[in-house]
Amino acid sequence: MKLAGMKQVAGKFAAIATAAAVLVAASSCSPTPDAAGNKTLKIVYQKTDAFTALDAVMQDAKKEFEAANAGVAVELQPIQANDDDYGTKLALAQRSADTAPDVFYEDTFKVRSDVDAGYLLKLDGYLEKWDDWSLFNEAAKAAGRADDGSIYAVPLGTDTRAIWYNKAVLQKAGISLPWQPKTWDDILTTARAVKASDPNVIAFNMYAGKGTGEGTVMQGFYELLYGTDSTLYDENAKKWVVGSQGFTDSLAFLKTLYDEKLAVSPAEALDANVWKKVFGEWFPQGKLAATVEGSYTPSFWQKGGAYEWAGYEQDMGVAMFPTRNGQEPGGVSMSGGWTLAVGAKSKNPDLAFKFLTTALNKKNALAYDINNSQIAVRTDVAAEADYLAANPFVKDVSDLVAVTHYRPATADYPKISTAVQVATESVITGKQSPEDAAAEYDATVRKLVGEDKVLEK
Amino acid sequence: MTIRRVLRLLPVVPSILLLLLFLVAPVAWSFYASFTNAALTGKAAQDPQWVGADNYARMFSDDSFPLSAWLTVVFVVASAVVGQNVLGLLIALLMTRSRKVVSSVVGTAVVAAWVLPEIVAAFAAYAYFNRDGALNQLAGIVGVDGVDWLYSFPLVAIILANTWRGTAFSMLVYRAALADVPRDISEAALMDGARGWQRLTFITLPLIRSSITTNLMLITLQTLAVFTLIWVMTAGGPANASTTLPVLAYQEAFKFGDIGYGTAVASVLILLGMVFGAVYVRLLRDRRP
Repeated sequence: MKLAGMKQVAGKFAAIATAAAVLVAASSCSPTPDAAGNKTLKIVYQKTDAFTALDAVMQDAKKEFEAANAGVAVELQPIQANDDDYGTKLALAQRSADTAPDVFYEDTFKVRSDVDAGYLLKLDGYLEKWDDWSLFNEAAKAAGRADDGSIYAVPLGTDTRAIWYNKAVLQKAGISLPWQPKTWDDILTTARAVKASDPNVIAFNMYAGKGTGEGTVMQGFYELLYGTDSTLYDENAKKWVVGSQGFTDSLAFLKTLYDEKLAVSPAEALDANVWKKVFGEWFPQGKLAATVEGSYTPSFWQKGGAYEWAGYEQDMGVAMFPTRNGQEPGGVSMSGGWTLAVGAKSKNPDLAFKFLTTALNKKNALAYDINNSQIAVRTDVAAEADYLAANPFVKDVSDLVAVTHYRPATADYPKISTAVQVATESVITGKQSPEDAAAEYDATVRKLVGEDKVLEK
Repeated sequence: MTIRRVLRLLPVVPSILLLLLFLVAPVAWSFYASFTNAALTGKAAQDPQWVGADNYARMFSDDSFPLSAWLTVVFVVASAVVGQNVLGLLIALLMTRSRKVVSSVVGTAVVAAWVLPEIVAAFAAYAYFNRDGALNQLAGIVGVDGVDWLYSFPLVAIILANTWRGTAFSMLVYRAALADVPRDISEAALMDGARGWQRLTFITLPLIRSSITTNLMLITLQTLAVFTLIWVMTAGGPANASTTLPVLAYQEAFKFGDIGYGTAVASVLILLGMVFGAVYVRLLRDRRP
């Protein structure tokens, strides 16, 4: 069995282990030792073999916090899981006061629905008294705001998406560098040229299907959709868009990529661990020309990353994802990011918030943003020379903030996202035509949110 | 007298309580949740509402449920009723006639798959069927270009894997049953000129009928609940082509956070198991010689 196979198996094992852990977590309740006035804070966050930057920050914050607060113990509970399973495990833990964490790592797109679920503590009162809060940039502050206008979570950093390409592979195919496609057709033209020059190279990969979960839409479908003249959600009308030509066209673009074998095989695309091959094998080995990925990409390759690759600074290039016909503003990016939040059921909310501010102070935020290639949300961190010099791509990906979009962070969003993933999967596996898949998506959306919350375009 | 009766019941009380707590309560909760819109997140997580039969109505208007129910039936019939059952009987019959060495070697090989923990067996099956796996490497040796089994024929691969994993149980049941068939009846039939297959259909099979029914009931219920094997091999994909009811229930409840709908699917699975169970119990009662 090849190494790639082994990795897939290892990845699947992690998924199963998480499923088991989820079940165990759901059935067990562990009372926290609360002897002699000693208090314990439970901190829950994600840690994987490829993502250890947050773990490092938490270890530092724990030392710092315990030294400053005698009698308070910080109990770190990293969860080893992919994003989907992490979300599930966290939600299950939050259902009971006995297992709910005091401080936890929370995806921005889940903030509103988790606020609705009563999992997050309102932070307005605490933030007023926290001097550093004024240093966060305004757009980033909105990431933790819920429908009621209050802030419930504090962002760790943000991200953007771009086309990452291997210069050496493109050069071999005779493409002039630096490469910046202006339209979707430019992407296809280049991809076909790469494929023609070396059929063994994956010319232009975009994630699709349920396997890669939220990655499918954030590093793929939305770059297409938001570059047409339609959107997923109409912010003014507060309604979900159905029946748009842009949606069908975006699916058709994916179909072209997969039908012409410019992307990976559908079987590989549906593997939840395909991104590990993108970063760990195909790019470093020169088997992949280009893919759409996040601004955090260098974090995998830099020293201490999961897939250290000394040559990435010279070999890789970054380009803006173009709009469909090159129309204004010329490019598309998507932003998300993660936050820290305090549990609504926390028995020590004051201490929990204090820990949150420790974990997000300038020193820790700087370390996290550098190690995880995040775009800084604290203005003081963004101005640091160390941050700007972290990798050669910081400026390129930070500039994309100008053309970026945020997901409609409504409570319905996570389910809509799944429906989009299903549509892409049906198209790349040949189960449905782009038109049929789009029609099924429309039907699913109507069912999920109700007739009065959809808008025919 | 009554006091003695009560005292006699006392030792069973803890086990009844445990049964209620760990078996009946979760099933009852699952039925209850299936009539609500309970969810992992959103407003429904904080304050689940009673939605009546909405989840069940959705089930029948949803394409994925009928498909999953059908895949579950195909999976159970092909891998348990036909695969494990027939193969197990066949191996058991052959073992009664083969040399001791051969039968113990075969027996060990078959049982080895069965004693593996499900997760390990699932990885072994995944390693065997995946694109770069053992099956395609073997095919490559003889010059055949392998297909991507888990992608092109996911259900076939899973059925074969479950048959491989579970046959030992049927084989053991039938070995024990065949050992109990009185030799003199077979010998009498032999004297009367009955051929091999006649002795099998008229003598042996009727005599072990109750073992057949018991075995069918056990492996059917076991196979209905298979989750790990499928989750590891295909995670229900591609495009739901191997999403059986347990996989669907897990996906809905834990991946999409829709606990109400997930438990509704699980409830149907429980009902399906009860129907199968009732049919087998009836067969057992009526046909007992």
